[in-house]
Amino acid sequence: MRVVAAMSGGVDSAVAAARAVEAGHEVTGIHLALSRNPASYRTGARGCCTIEDSNDARRAADVIGIPFYVWDLSDRFHEDVVEDFMDEYAAGRTPNPCLRCNEKIKFAAVLDRALALGFDAVATGHYAQLRTGADGLIEMHRAVDHGKDQSYVLGVLTQEQLAHSLFPLGDSTKDAVRREAAERGLLVADKPDSHDICFVADGDNAGWLREKLGDRAPNDGGSIVDDASGEVLGTHEGTYAFTIGQRRGLRLGRPAPDGKPRFVLDIEPVSGTVRVGPRAGLAVDRITASRPRWCGAVPDRLEGTVQLRAHGAEHRAVVTVAGDDVDIELLDHAEGIAPGQAAVIYDGTRVVGSATIDATSRVGR
Amino acid sequence: MTPAPGRAVYLDHAATTPMVPAAIEAMAAQLALVGNANSLHAPGRAARRVVEESRETIARALGCRPGDVVFTSGGTESDNLAVKGIYWARRAADPRRTRILASAIEHHAVLDPLQWLEDEDGADVELVPVDDKGRLDLEALRYQVARDPGSVALISVMWANNEVGTLQPISEVVEIASAHGIPVHTDAVQAVGSVPVDFAASGVDALSFTGHKLGGPYGVGALVVRRDIRVAPLVHGGGQERDVRSGTLDVPAIAGLAAAVELAVKHQAEHADHVAALRDDLVRRLVAAVPDAHLHGAAPGAGRLPGNAHIGFPGCEGDSLLMLLDARGIACSTGSACSAGVPQPSHVLLAMGCDPDQARHSLRFTFGHSSTAADVDAVVEAIVPVVERARAAKGL
Repeated sequence: MRVVAAMSGGVDSAVAAARAVEAGHEVTGIHLALSRNPASYRTGARGCCTIEDSNDARRAADVIGIPFYVWDLSDRFHEDVVEDFMDEYAAGRTPNPCLRCNEKIKFAAVLDRALALGFDAVATGHYAQLRTGADGLIEMHRAVDHGKDQSYVLGVLTQEQLAHSLFPLGDSTKDAVRREAAERGLLVADKPDSHDICFVADGDNAGWLREKLGDRAPNDGGSIVDDASGEVLGTHEGTYAFTIGQRRGLRLGRPAPDGKPRFVLDIEPVSGTVRVGPRAGLAVDRITASRPRWCGAVPDRLEGTVQLRAHGAEHRAVVTVAGDDVDIELLDHAEGIAPGQAAVIYDGTRVVGSATIDATSRVGR
Repeated sequence: MTPAPGRAVYLDHAATTPMVPAAIEAMAAQLALVGNANSLHAPGRAARRVVEESRETIARALGCRPGDVVFTSGGTESDNLAVKGIYWARRAADPRRTRILASAIEHHAVLDPLQWLEDEDGADVELVPVDDKGRLDLEALRYQVARDPGSVALISVMWANNEVGTLQPISEVVEIASAHGIPVHTDAVQAVGSVPVDFAASGVDALSFTGHKLGGPYGVGALVVRRDIRVAPLVHGGGQERDVRSGTLDVPAIAGLAAAVELAVKHQAEHADHVAALRDDLVRRLVAAVPDAHLHGAAPGAGRLPGNAHIGFPGCEGDSLLMLLDARGIACSTGSACSAGVPQPSHVLLAMGCDPDQARHSLRFTFGHSSTAADVDAVVEAIVPVVERARAAKGL
């Protein structure tokens, strides 16, 4: 096949590209320029938009011996990922821009362009496994390395997208990939993993949002209120700086009566109120979600598991689907679940699909 | 997508040219020798002799005096030295001289120092517009000079544009400037060897050129600048080049440069005929194969570089076209500037009145001494499927 290898400049995508070559594909390395002005998004070697990353990707392509180009997707990325990220926070939700990027950029804008240009597939360094099921459909499964598994952020991919995807690292551990990178002479073998959101410098989400949201911020401050008593405990400078389940940065000044830490339980963007309470208040046993994306056949009712954040725990669940509405009954309670996050639904190791969380029901309510 | 087997088709001579054998020979002969051209002993004198003979060779070829030639590391340094150095010296002589006029289509090696001077050093930079063929608007220049000639430190207009190949009206620019005693710099990086360039006859005060665009080595070039023009140095040190430019002279590179310049100028006319014939054939056949394809810039002939074909393919992204041709072993350019490999719409095409979409749909093919009719055939053969694919990919 003719394959576009999306190369971020990191170790995973470099090894993925090398493996695609070894599998006999005709591979072209592509680095995605996602920022018009790379320095404005972040500096340093983490993330995926810097000039240094682009050079790292180019050098990896040289070592592998494949052609290399930069594709400018900065406008699409801004429109589909960054704007969405801001809108979601402005609305008091907690988005996951990596899923959005996979859904709209890597396996949509890039894939569509690649197919039009005569390529057959896009290969990435994600840790997930693809195999063909008994029904002939492509199935996506968790990676062998459960600690590195990235099937969660790929849970938005449809059958059509999966049919044109390659994940050459799904059967390997991260350690093995790093060793292999060193053996192949790839200088990025020791490059640190990226963790934070690639377009938010220094991981300072609240600071970034404060600067970028401007007039779009739903409020520029409000009260922090005790969820049980309604007592005002403090103030804040904007609800977008908070996410449900957050414990740090509340700056309440005085401890709770029981001496235990308090957590954000609810965010009301219109009134600017952040409700806090004890950890027990975070427990959730029911989720309603919408905007589902199915990897294959659409289930009516499924007893499986759901994962509610990247690298989060698996929760046993009963999932009921009615059109665009997805109802998730959690058999294992979850904590700190925010609207806007994605619920990815699994049947064993197989990804069934995903949906965006609209609301949660606290245990006992 | 690995290049198709067979001969590589190199049509990006405006980016860089293969070195001519005479230049390789001249350079290689010096690489084995020792001697700092500023040392007083015999090896030093021998090295110095090579430098000065090279300077004289270049002076003969370009119609300047040997003492006008200041060796530099290439076009970018020459442009920086001219723009900053002349601005600083002129302003030092009269603090009212803060304006610099330049065409809107200068190379970034001119535009970026101008921007820097404006941001950091109080310069007032005025970019003079061009017409839809990329030729300087002389009326606009005349007006901008006339409204306050005493405040103009420098005028910088390139001899030939690197993207669309349009030649600029240098003698008219000189005429406008000289009436007020304003010095003129021209970036002739693309011009030397392609069109006749005579420094003295042109009347310009400073002229930049570089080795690797005319069959010489990388990393060496010169600013030809009249002895009576004061130029403040950018690089301070030993003062090797008439105290305007410091740094140990790169004797082998200078020898290679002189050999290449001598040859390029000697063969300029026949070279121009050769590449113009190939270019004209390419343009004619591409426009026939892709009906809405069209040439950007001046019409082929006296107003345009002979080896430049800058062609718009509506409905395509230049980047897609470049990649698809590259996969077929054809090397060309989108002609646009890159930062971190991120393509920006060309400031040249924008200045010519193209919208950002049009400014991205082009390819630049530039011919050189090694080009053949087979290169043209290869492009013509590839272009239809490549354009179809690129159109399908547009906007996705």
